[in-house]
Amino acid sequence: MSEPTSLARLLAERFGDQLVSVTESVGETTIEVLPEHWLAVARTLRDDAAFAFDVPIDVSGVDYLSYGDTEWDTSDVSSQGFSRGVEGEGPGRFRWDDRPRDTAIPRRFAVVVHLLSLERNARLRMRAFCADDELPAVPSLVEVWPGVDWFEREAFDLFGIVFEGHPDLRRILTDYGFVGHAFRKDFPLIGNVEMRYDPDKKRVVYEPVSIEPRVLVPRTIRDDSRYEQAAAERKAGK
Amino acid sequence: MQEIRNYTMNFGPQHPAAHGVLRLVLEMDGETVVRADPHVGLLHRGTEKLAESKPFNQSIGYMDRLDYVSMMCNEHAYVRAIENLLGLEVPERAQWIRTMFDEITRILNHLMWVGTNGLDLGAMALFLYAFREREELMDCYEAVSGARMHATYYRPGGVYRDLPEQMPKYKESRWHKGKDLAQRNAWREGSMLDYLDAFCADFPTKVDEYEELLTGNRIWKQRTVDIGVISPEHAKAWGMTGPMLRGSGIAWDLRKKQPYAKYAEVDFDIPVGVNGDCYDRYLVRVEEMRQSNRIIQQCVAWLRANPGPVIVQNYKVAPPKREEMKDDMEALIHHFKLFTEGYCVPAGETYAAVEAPKGEFGCYLVSDGANKPFRVKLRAPGFAHLSSMDSIVRGHMLGDVVAMIGTYDVVFGEIDR
Repeated sequence: MSEPTSLARLLAERFGDQLVSVTESVGETTIEVLPEHWLAVARTLRDDAAFAFDVPIDVSGVDYLSYGDTEWDTSDVSSQGFSRGVEGEGPGRFRWDDRPRDTAIPRRFAVVVHLLSLERNARLRMRAFCADDELPAVPSLVEVWPGVDWFEREAFDLFGIVFEGHPDLRRILTDYGFVGHAFRKDFPLIGNVEMRYDPDKKRVVYEPVSIEPRVLVPRTIRDDSRYEQAAAERKAGK
Repeated sequence: MQEIRNYTMNFGPQHPAAHGVLRLVLEMDGETVVRADPHVGLLHRGTEKLAESKPFNQSIGYMDRLDYVSMMCNEHAYVRAIENLLGLEVPERAQWIRTMFDEITRILNHLMWVGTNGLDLGAMALFLYAFREREELMDCYEAVSGARMHATYYRPGGVYRDLPEQMPKYKESRWHKGKDLAQRNAWREGSMLDYLDAFCADFPTKVDEYEELLTGNRIWKQRTVDIGVISPEHAKAWGMTGPMLRGSGIAWDLRKKQPYAKYAEVDFDIPVGVNGDCYDRYLVRVEEMRQSNRIIQQCVAWLRANPGPVIVQNYKVAPPKREEMKDDMEALIHHFKLFTEGYCVPAGETYAAVEAPKGEFGCYLVSDGANKPFRVKLRAPGFAHLSSMDSIVRGHMLGDVVAMIGTYDVVFGEIDR
């Protein structure tokens, strides 16, 4: 197996300005690419013998809305006692414009591709943030690896990311006639509609959901000194 | 001259050869397939979204329900992703147990596959034989976890508990008594490792029986030889892994190339096909059963000789023992926090893959430092395989589509997630 560091160096040398960043963590290499270079970089990664990423493993959409947010205020006590963890600004309770605080993530939607090279026995993660939060779009990679076809359809279905140039961009996992994109963070876990058989109309009808969204275990971020120390040491080591 | 038009036909979702809920829209020219459009998603349960709403450990059980024929391999990918981010070192014995159960799972999966694929193509008897052996291995699942299928046995940092000292026995009933009962309990006098030893000694002869029924069978060969030929380039471009890739002659197996658990320390061979047709993939899977049997034997030998802890002694991620909680305040607090809030995983992202029986099953995990995953993406091998359906079955006959669905080894739990 090749040295991961050499792969990162090779990537930085070969692509230069086309990459926003090359990062390595837990032994995995990630490159971030701007959507305009997405196709060109992918083609080079497949064709260049130094990379030879011939197997498309996975394409995944990620919605970074509410990244780093918690549903539970663990430090402050009010006159009613500690926070109960259910009134916070959890996913699905706000829009991107009203998001509680700024994070380091520049855009809302990202497409993450995992590649595998059988020849070099190497893996690579490639990410592009979609430029427009309202209409997220990246070029389709179908012409580079035909195997990403369904994976891109899935990301379109669940996140609403448009893959420009995809030959057959239909919904794949959700129901025929489904409205919305189910895996977006502002899409409620319980959905928007429920379905039942109506004996009067003698058919199945859709109605707005009758149940309230619940949080069973609130989302919490604990500042763990062990990880903070490890991160600080990593930084100092660099 | 009479005008002949193509017609469209629906295959499934209630067709027994559709292996669950595949709806296949086929455009036919007589008996020949012109275009195949698989409609999937009828079993979509939003597992990945559900996982975002639960602490890490509570989603392990959902992983079993993805590919519900190879349960523990799915768990393995998920817990490995968490362990990567946490930087956990799994105790050696737990790694051997995982290796052993991954291989038990592989045999379970391939038995199911060879049985149902045989059934699709007209070989009824094999199904019954394959399920006889499946039953014996399911008892191992039950002995360690209490559940015959959805085990939830792997945990971040190890496995839930050690192997049982005593294999559970059949009890006397009106239907099973005397000699019959003694025969049923013959393997079960000792521990689970003794039971597995007896199974492994017996299993190769059972595989011979299956091969006796199929490998040289004229009808079987007529249905599979030169059907659904996949070239190595085609397999790679369509993201195929596992037996689909090896059937086309590429010796790629994560257990050898990127070893995890204890695969680097066990001795086994990787079977590869030559022609890349359905028959080769059948041979590859049958040989994989024999190799898995070998691996299990090595694991049993090691586990017998080396007792030890099976989960990390780190109470931040793994619960303390029940006895300790009775007189140790710290242990009690740790237990309470683990089961109410869970543990926080440091921010970052990782992709962990295992060689599941069907191919590469991967888990892409993004954490923002919370006690729940920010995003879980499960990479199911069947999803990539089935997407190549149209490009492969074009020009084949309708009956070959059934052979092709069979050879993909599709399970809709993982494809639809």
